[in-house]
Amino acid sequence: MQRNPQLNAHGELIHLLSIEGLPRPVLHHILDTAGTFLSVNDREVKKVPLLRGKSVFNLFFENSTRTRTTFEIAAKRLSADVINLDIARSSAAKGESLLDTIANLSAMHADMFVVRHSESGAPYLIAQHCAPHVHVVNAGDGRHAHPTQGLLDMYTIRHYKQDFTKLTVAIVGDIVHSRVARSDIHALTTLGVPEIRAVGPKTLVPGDLKEMGVRVCHDMKEGIRDADVIIMLRLQNERMSGAMLPSAAEFFKNYGLTPEKLALAKPDAIVMHPGPINRGVEIASDVADGTQSVILPQVTFGIAVRMAVMSIIAGNNA
Amino acid sequence: MSSLNLDAEALYADLLSGVRGLMQADSVLVGIWSGGAWLAERLQRDLNRPGEHGVISSALHRDDFGSRGLTAGADHTRLPFDVSGKPIVLIDDVLYTGRTIRAVINELYDFGRPASVTLAVLVDRGGRELPISAAVSAARITLPKDQRLSLAKDEAGRFSFDIKEGS
Repeated sequence: MQRNPQLNAHGELIHLLSIEGLPRPVLHHILDTAGTFLSVNDREVKKVPLLRGKSVFNLFFENSTRTRTTFEIAAKRLSADVINLDIARSSAAKGESLLDTIANLSAMHADMFVVRHSESGAPYLIAQHCAPHVHVVNAGDGRHAHPTQGLLDMYTIRHYKQDFTKLTVAIVGDIVHSRVARSDIHALTTLGVPEIRAVGPKTLVPGDLKEMGVRVCHDMKEGIRDADVIIMLRLQNERMSGAMLPSAAEFFKNYGLTPEKLALAKPDAIVMHPGPINRGVEIASDVADGTQSVILPQVTFGIAVRMAVMSIIAGNNA
Repeated sequence: MSSLNLDAEALYADLLSGVRGLMQADSVLVGIWSGGAWLAERLQRDLNRPGEHGVISSALHRDDFGSRGLTAGADHTRLPFDVSGKPIVLIDDVLYTGRTIRAVINELYDFGRPASVTLAVLVDRGGRELPISAAVSAARITLPKDQRLSLAKDEAGRFSFDIKEGS
């Protein structure tokens, strides 16, 4: 049997490529460690020396502001040197292959790569070809996975709801294009959430979800009724090709989260969104800014979760 | 094996009287997680100090992070007071190489600038690798390198020592 490429022979995390296949104790260890790092924000010195002298390269082959920035803050709080490469405008544009780029950056003594790429599997390819002491974090690859977003979503849910094993979680919107949805589903399943619902129109909710133990709902009201957690996804206009939707306004009417629809969920339900939000497309402003919204705490937790992931993998050897 | 003749409860009585001598009016007790934190909790009570004792973890400043990685995240530091300007009395169960103390002092300084830092331990087992010494140590012993000595606490809160082979 082939070993999970993210784990070493002792079962310790050395890369974070996908939540799929990671055992529950590994997820709990990351979430517990993130809790420790969250308290670093309360200190006079908001920095710890775990990655001192290490170089973290942010390789974003695809645009991102929030994820790149929170990875950069997380690495700096761990005392790493952070190098941001705007790949879209550099070597790749001149025709250099991905592995040649990695070989060159490794020659500059990189210790960790944080990779976002439009091709699913690109971080795996890098992890397979880099030196044994180098660690890789997937910051989103194609439609495949966005594991740190999945983990920060789990941290947020645990923070507000404590126990995963009694929850109903509804993921709403453009699921077919969403690597966040995939990572969330794997994480929720591993952590023992009994009911996971995927809510959206037939064109945006893939058919293979039922095999992952997810309940598919094409009716929004049915989908969020009595939910404890609602994860709204961004309608990914830039990925939309062909006529999958009549219009954004039509989508909002059927699947946009309004105060009226939110009232169907449990009274203490929390509303999450990975951002950036499209107000009036998938979520009403009243809800995004409302008392049940935890969208901004998600961003804060994201830094602590990324610190946890980077410090855990940096401390484990291949 | 536990053939070593170390009565943790008797040593605690000596530690208590030693720490009493170290305390100034505004001193605060900070126990090193986990054994030192138990001791600090009991000292806080037995010395009738107001408020809560502090707990400090070496995890984020350890010098063996590169080889041992990050251990469980549950042991985080809790300092329920401002450390700036305070005389700090660090409490630990066993003083050995001094590396934990070095890490903990760094951790302490992430929260502010104490007036002073002193150290009181139940057992000093020698083997120092850094220029660190305790102001109070209830016992001094010598143990082979491959033995690990640590404090244990039973359900009634009574202390004893655990000795394990292998580091």
